[in-house]
Amino acid sequence: MIELSNISLNYHTIKGETEAIKDVSFDVYEGEFVGVIGPSGCGKSTLLSIIAGLLKPSNGSVIVNGKVGYMLQKDHLFEWRNIMQNVLLGLEIQNAVNENSIKNVEDLLERYGLSEFKYHYPNQISGGMRQRAALIRTLALKPDIMLLDEAFSALDYQTRLAISDEVWTILKNVKKTAVIVTHDISEAIAMCDRIVVLSKRPAVVKNIYEIHLTCDDRSPIGCRKAPEFKEYFNEIWKELDVHV
Amino acid sequence: MYEATQNISKEHVEFLKKVKRKEVAIKITQISILITFFALWEIAGRLKLIDPFLFSEPSRMIKTIINLSEDGSLFTHIWVTLSETLIGFALGTFSGIVIAILLWWSDFASKVAEPYLIVLNSLPKIALGPIFIVWMGNGEAPIITMGLAISLIVTIISLETGFKQVDEDKIKLLKTFGATKFQILTKCILPASIPTIMSAIKINMGLSWVGVITGEFLVSKAGLGYLIVYGGQVFKLDIVMTSVLILSILAALMYVLLVYIEKKIIKWQ
Repeated sequence: MIELSNISLNYHTIKGETEAIKDVSFDVYEGEFVGVIGPSGCGKSTLLSIIAGLLKPSNGSVIVNGKVGYMLQKDHLFEWRNIMQNVLLGLEIQNAVNENSIKNVEDLLERYGLSEFKYHYPNQISGGMRQRAALIRTLALKPDIMLLDEAFSALDYQTRLAISDEVWTILKNVKKTAVIVTHDISEAIAMCDRIVVLSKRPAVVKNIYEIHLTCDDRSPIGCRKAPEFKEYFNEIWKELDVHV
Repeated sequence: MYEATQNISKEHVEFLKKVKRKEVAIKITQISILITFFALWEIAGRLKLIDPFLFSEPSRMIKTIINLSEDGSLFTHIWVTLSETLIGFALGTFSGIVIAILLWWSDFASKVAEPYLIVLNSLPKIALGPIFIVWMGNGEAPIITMGLAISLIVTIISLETGFKQVDEDKIKLLKTFGATKFQILTKCILPASIPTIMSAIKINMGLSWVGVITGEFLVSKAGLGYLIVYGGQVFKLDIVMTSVLILSILAALMYVLLVYIEKKIIKWQ
């Protein structure tokens, strides 16, 4: 669904030119969850912006077959809009608010337990509910590919585990394709079918791991018990070559 | 948020009572201070501890209000000042918002305007008074312009800063939806800046009073500023004190009104 070939991107500032991404190529297939992991500041988010079409690469080609939905680090619900108005935001921007889309949004709110809170303002509901509302806001646009940019990193650890499990289940159920940027190795192993490891800046692809976990319950929390989990963790940890 | 309405514990009842008692005590103290102040003023005047000719006294101020009301001139003066302030305030706020939007829209214009705004902001606007009078004559126009001039630059600067402080990621979110710049303005920048706009409005209200009263000091045939200057020149401190009192009541009422409107608009907090 996504083909990245030889992507490079340079940032220009007055002080000079920074090579953020250098010659990155990988593909994402339909229904697949691909993790992108790398040291902080290596250009992971930049790569997502390129896939989403927000940034143009300096070199290389990007082919994206399908509509892209983006989830950012925080939920970024607008505090002056109630939940219903917030989840309709994307549709509003695209002038696509109509009976059908409203019906779809109502169904999503119902399914993910937010319909009672439709007329609440964001600061009146919990962090988990806010994250779900943000997910519905993205799903309302019926994207084929979801881009998750450190989407859970603003949450505390326990909420984060629960929410990433929830989001994973939702996205797998509706058979979306996803690209998940994270700096959390366990989260990447738990959620993804494949993991692309990037080097520090300028980011190049160091390795791509296929994740095969033997466990009965292939949910992010369930599969943490798999025997291979630790091995993948150690290998990726070594690959990242973290020095503090 | 989720307050238990039933089964309030005894401890909670005690707590609520304590909060309520404190609120009442604050109100009573505030009112007592006001009454004591005027009472002491009156007594000191009657006992000739202060010279009522120089300091006036509450009873003389009430007499002044009655005298000035009888021929209706008091209301004319109040109306003149009030309308000048409101017009200056409305013009200053409105054009301030429009200019701030333009500067947000065009980074080039914003950079070009920056040094001019800094200079104009540091300049004491009262210095422009005589120029306004020469250009616009001695009617209400220079006074309103004074009210406008004093609030305009501050509005532009504070709103532009406010607009630029809106979370970049909120804008990024809208861009992922494919939003146009105009949509970013109307769906995000303006609603996100309502608290900034409201605080600018509150500051402007105060500044417009300053501008208009100063304008009336320089040139006027009516208004509370005129009454204050006139009273001072003919040594009728009763008129001066009365005008100042009325002015402070008007300004306070206006402020309360704005706070009320703010509460109505910002319902999400």
